[in-house]
Amino acid sequence: MLDERIGEWRAYVRRRQAIAATDVDELEDHLRSKVADLQKAGLDEEEAFLIGVKRLGELDTLSREFAREHSERLWKRLMVADAETGGTGWGREALVALALAVAAAVAIKVPELFGLTIEDGGPATESFYVRNFSLFVLPFLAGFFAWKRGMDPAGLMRLAASFVIGALAINLIPFAPLGHTELLASLHLPLALWLAVGIGYAGGAWRSHDQRMNYVRFSGEWFIYLALIAMGGGVLMGSTVFVFSAIGMDAEWILNNWILPCGVMGAIVIAGWLAEAKQSVIENMAPVLTLLFTPLFTLLLLAFLGTMVLTGSGINVEREVLIGFDLILVVVVGLLLYAISARDPQAEPGFFDVLQLVLVVCALLVDAMALWAILARITEFGFSPNRVAALGENVILVVNLGWSAVLYARFLRRRAGFAALERWQTAYLPVYAVWAWIVVVVFPLVFRFQ
Amino acid sequence: MDIGKDLVAASATPLVLAILSEGESYGYAIIKRVYELSGGEMQWTDGMLYPVLHRLEHNGLVKASWGESETGRRRKYYRLTEQGSEELKNQRRQWRVVNETLFSTPFKSSQLVPQGI
Repeated sequence: MLDERIGEWRAYVRRRQAIAATDVDELEDHLRSKVADLQKAGLDEEEAFLIGVKRLGELDTLSREFAREHSERLWKRLMVADAETGGTGWGREALVALALAVAAAVAIKVPELFGLTIEDGGPATESFYVRNFSLFVLPFLAGFFAWKRGMDPAGLMRLAASFVIGALAINLIPFAPLGHTELLASLHLPLALWLAVGIGYAGGAWRSHDQRMNYVRFSGEWFIYLALIAMGGGVLMGSTVFVFSAIGMDAEWILNNWILPCGVMGAIVIAGWLAEAKQSVIENMAPVLTLLFTPLFTLLLLAFLGTMVLTGSGINVEREVLIGFDLILVVVVGLLLYAISARDPQAEPGFFDVLQLVLVVCALLVDAMALWAILARITEFGFSPNRVAALGENVILVVNLGWSAVLYARFLRRRAGFAALERWQTAYLPVYAVWAWIVVVVFPLVFRFQ
Repeated sequence: MDIGKDLVAASATPLVLAILSEGESYGYAIIKRVYELSGGEMQWTDGMLYPVLHRLEHNGLVKASWGESETGRRRKYYRLTEQGSEELKNQRRQWRVVNETLFSTPFKSSQLVPQGI
């Protein structure tokens, strides 16, 4: 009975950020001593507990006093140590992540034992690394999640199969070295494998819409952590070159052969672990960036449309202009996705939702104009692999945004709930995976490996 | 007797140091000791002692360590450091000066009535 009450009290006090777990232990010892003394004086357990808690003081005042003494605690910290170990030492998860990061860093150097040196390699070596780099790191990241989620053997098999198929396809297809289809396949394989990592992330439950949305959130945070680590890595590399050049030595070969490849591989795993470890500790960053950039991108697209209408200038159809418009659509889909991922589905439609719809409609208009200009001349350019890929991606993104716009409009007029929009996005994820695999496997065959 | 908030805050540090100069102790026992020594006149809000102890620890005046209570519960013990003893001496001198100044003025109740009314 008393233990139960004290457990509830602990949970209540623990919610105060300024009061750490060890402080609660200390206060609990105090509370228990007080209750024991009061019971000795003849009070029953219930009374003794209530008086004991009251004597500790009002929680607001108490937590303010703690905050004054421990102001650093108001800055939520990303703890490397597990909470259970009391804040000392490294958690098991951290050690596993670190080991996997090191393994990935070592893996990228293994081909060198077979004569494939990163620097000074011929076109064949270069093409090997371009094709395979994602295979040296993503299996480790997927392995981390498979381990953490305790995946069943059937799920593990499916996960492993994705990587094996990817590895076989990219290495057995007789690409023309550094040709168009090879580059396209090399660009799309990481995307296909990244979605395979999602199977591991979801612990095999990749059909679950909630898990898919969690993976979207994870991917956004992972990217931000990777960018932060990359910035630190840049400083490290700059310093390396500087200090060695100060004593007249050229350190660039260390950068290109060791720090850069191994660092990137390790950073990808570490960023994944950080995004996973901190998900409940710190506010997600991707939705904050979305909030910041949605208005700015809307403004950009509106200004672009306005200028086009006022000056009457058409889109200058260069050969690869479609790729640029694809990228704009990717950004808009990203903004949409992360806005959705952070939104409370129960909340009423608000200003930001209207803004989001305006952004999507503008993006569709801009893209429609670009497509119109390009389609008129596509026969003239002919169907190269690059153009078909760009066109296919454009279609996929336009379908996504078009239906999203319809759903958004319905939601704003209160004809449908927000959940429909969320489900549409998560249901659409496999389309990207299927397309990525098509570019990796089918394109080379159709375009004769050129 | 109710002692004003400011005075409680100001006296907490020297009192905790003084009690710890008797030997290692822990939060609940310190509060009981304050109650005893003041003859029941001084009562703190129990929880407020802990931020004070943590500040003293932070400033190096006391040293904390986790131990066990007589019933085997986790308990945090505090003891005075060298620097803490110095600080206690210093504080005692200051409080004596304040005390002597306060009581050296002849006390007449009539003086409490503002003049000119």
